Amino acid sequence: MHVDPLEKIWIGIVILLTAVMLGSIFYTAFAGSVHPPSNVEVVDSTALHLTEEFAEDNLGVRDNEDGSVTVTMVATRYGFYPQHVEIPAKTPVTFRFATPDTLHGLHIPTTNVDTMVIPGYVSEVNTELQSTGTFPMYCNEYCGVGHHAMWSRVTIVPPKG
Amino acid sequence: MSETDKPDGLALGHMWVALATFLLASVLGAYQVLERAELIPLWAEGYYTSVTAHGVIMAYVLTTFFIAGFGYYCASAALDRPVWNKPLAWGGFGMMVVGVLMVVYALVTGQAMVMYTFYPPLTAHWTFYVGAALLVVGSIAWVVIMIVMPIQWKRDNPGQPLPLIMFSTTANATLWLWTLIGVAVEVVFQLIPLSLGLVDTVDVGLARTLFAWTLHPIVYVWLIPAYQAMYMFVPQVAGGRLFSDEMARVAFIMLLVFSLPIGFHHLYVDPFQAAGWKLFHGFGTFMVAIPTLITGFTVIAGMEIAGRLRGGRGLFGWLRTLPWHEPMVLAAGLALLMLTLGGFGGVVNASYAMNTMVHNTMWVPAHFHLIFAGTTIIMYFAIAYHLWPKMTGRELFSRRLATTQLWLWFIGIVVLTVPWHYVGLLGMPRRTAAMPYDPEFVAPWQSSAVLMAVGGIIMTVSAVLLIYNLVMTHAARTPAAERELRFAQAIQPPLKLPKPMNGFALWNWILVVYMGAGFGYPLLQFFILDVQPALAWGW
Repeated sequence: MHVDPLEKIWIGIVILLTAVMLGSIFYTAFAGSVHPPSNVEVVDSTALHLTEEFAEDNLGVRDNEDGSVTVTMVATRYGFYPQHVEIPAKTPVTFRFATPDTLHGLHIPTTNVDTMVIPGYVSEVNTELQSTGTFPMYCNEYCGVGHHAMWSRVTIVPPKG
Repeated sequence: MSETDKPDGLALGHMWVALATFLLASVLGAYQVLERAELIPLWAEGYYTSVTAHGVIMAYVLTTFFIAGFGYYCASAALDRPVWNKPLAWGGFGMMVVGVLMVVYALVTGQAMVMYTFYPPLTAHWTFYVGAALLVVGSIAWVVIMIVMPIQWKRDNPGQPLPLIMFSTTANATLWLWTLIGVAVEVVFQLIPLSLGLVDTVDVGLARTLFAWTLHPIVYVWLIPAYQAMYMFVPQVAGGRLFSDEMARVAFIMLLVFSLPIGFHHLYVDPFQAAGWKLFHGFGTFMVAIPTLITGFTVIAGMEIAGRLRGGRGLFGWLRTLPWHEPMVLAAGLALLMLTLGGFGGVVNASYAMNTMVHNTMWVPAHFHLIFAGTTIIMYFAIAYHLWPKMTGRELFSRRLATTQLWLWFIGIVVLTVPWHYVGLLGMPRRTAAMPYDPEFVAPWQSSAVLMAVGGIIMTVSAVLLIYNLVMTHAARTPAAERELRFAQAIQPPLKLPKPMNGFALWNWILVVYMGAGFGYPLLQFFILDVQPALAWGW
């Protein structure tokens, strides 16, 4: 097979470029433990209210013994419950979401809190929020004709102590 | 080839359906940008139906019909024989049309607000899914014909390299066959039974993983005809040569093999797939950059050869001497610019962790409108201008109008997508009829929303000009000066090729292994995990 010398140089550059990009992705994944939300955990969506974790009284922000925070929320047409949560900045936070109805997505803009919420599964996001302020948390996956009305508020307050 | 054997009616019929529906979807696009910019009142049902229709037409109807028509015409021209089994081809066409009409019924009666991604457990009227299935089944007639024709040609021309245009068309037909498996299984075994009430529940994780199988390779099915035009029409029209026939084959083979298993990156923020699989597919996704960058090199080299043959000198002087008044050359130049911009956005989307920042924001439609409406569709326009005189036998109504239309399209896309990238980073969500969030948060998005409305309207005007030019061509009486379809020849045409570069048997076996490795366990897990499937929901 005939390959032009110029083409050979270009193929070398292309492979190098791809290797550098992949290298940085693998480096952050393994050395920095940067992963997208990926817990494979099933839940019975039709009986969320009967589970302990997603029962109405247990939703919201909970302080853990190790200083981290767990936020448990239900995403449903058309809102996230509880509708307002307050989270400390610069503190490890675990968000846990489930839905009793259709699929949803959620995003706190300008942060890396972004996950799909799929009936039958629990979504988990592990992060640390940096800047304080009040942000919308909106549904970013079409879930029905009221989709655009589905949003709540997240207030990020200065860390305790 | 006798005049009656020409596949004109077949190819032209397919392409007219493609472009007529494209015009309709363009108008819907204009409606959507106006609604998003709050220039017309909010009507949620109308907006979500419009988004669904826009996506279904652009992604499935326009592409499937256009690619089939283009394939039939090129195959018969390159192999110098009539399309094999025309009744089968027309049968497929008929089935596709019936499918589209069923989808349209579900849409206009307001019973299909499920986006073009189908989105279970939201469930549309059964005609929506059965219609989509018929569209796909009808297109298999095209696949069969595009696989049989080269086999017959090779039998009659033993040892000869298959013409590049046919080789790449068969690559695309093979890619389409592999691609449609995921969505076909989802529609047949999950969505149709659910919409007919035969089953009560659906495993959304399984459905989304099956759809992801289809979701990204399908983009390359759409893109390959654009690449074919860049490789084989652009150098020919510009008066140059194809830089390398063999590297073009390698690129098409790599597009087939690497693009198939990568749709998984659409599941990066879905909960039901483990991080390791996402990383594995992230690696695979980046491999597609290789054939894309090789294509860029070969196509630009072909254009440079033409520019230098026309007297261009110096490092960039050859750019000035290229015949930019030719729609094919102009479209290729503009398409390559947009492919570069869109490609960088795609690298961000494909990145395992960065994706989280932009997932489902306006960044994503910004990226794929550059690749689809920008790179792909603008080349389809050029193909239409190139083929209409050959298919209808009448001279193109106005070449000046054609280049004006292409420029308008380019400007429209840039005005549309640059603000989209920006507001995407600020967090503006996609596919939403309104943004009633905290006013201080939404305020910085407003000027971009107005800009995108301007861009969308420019594109719709451009779409109208395209159809006007083609209708006038079809209706004109001026006979076409040139009816033969020519393809660019390589500087060094291959005389003999190794078997894997002249057929797809080996690559199909490699794909069996690669797809099995990439999707085997991620699909199997739904039958091992104790998943409680979701109930169907209306809207």
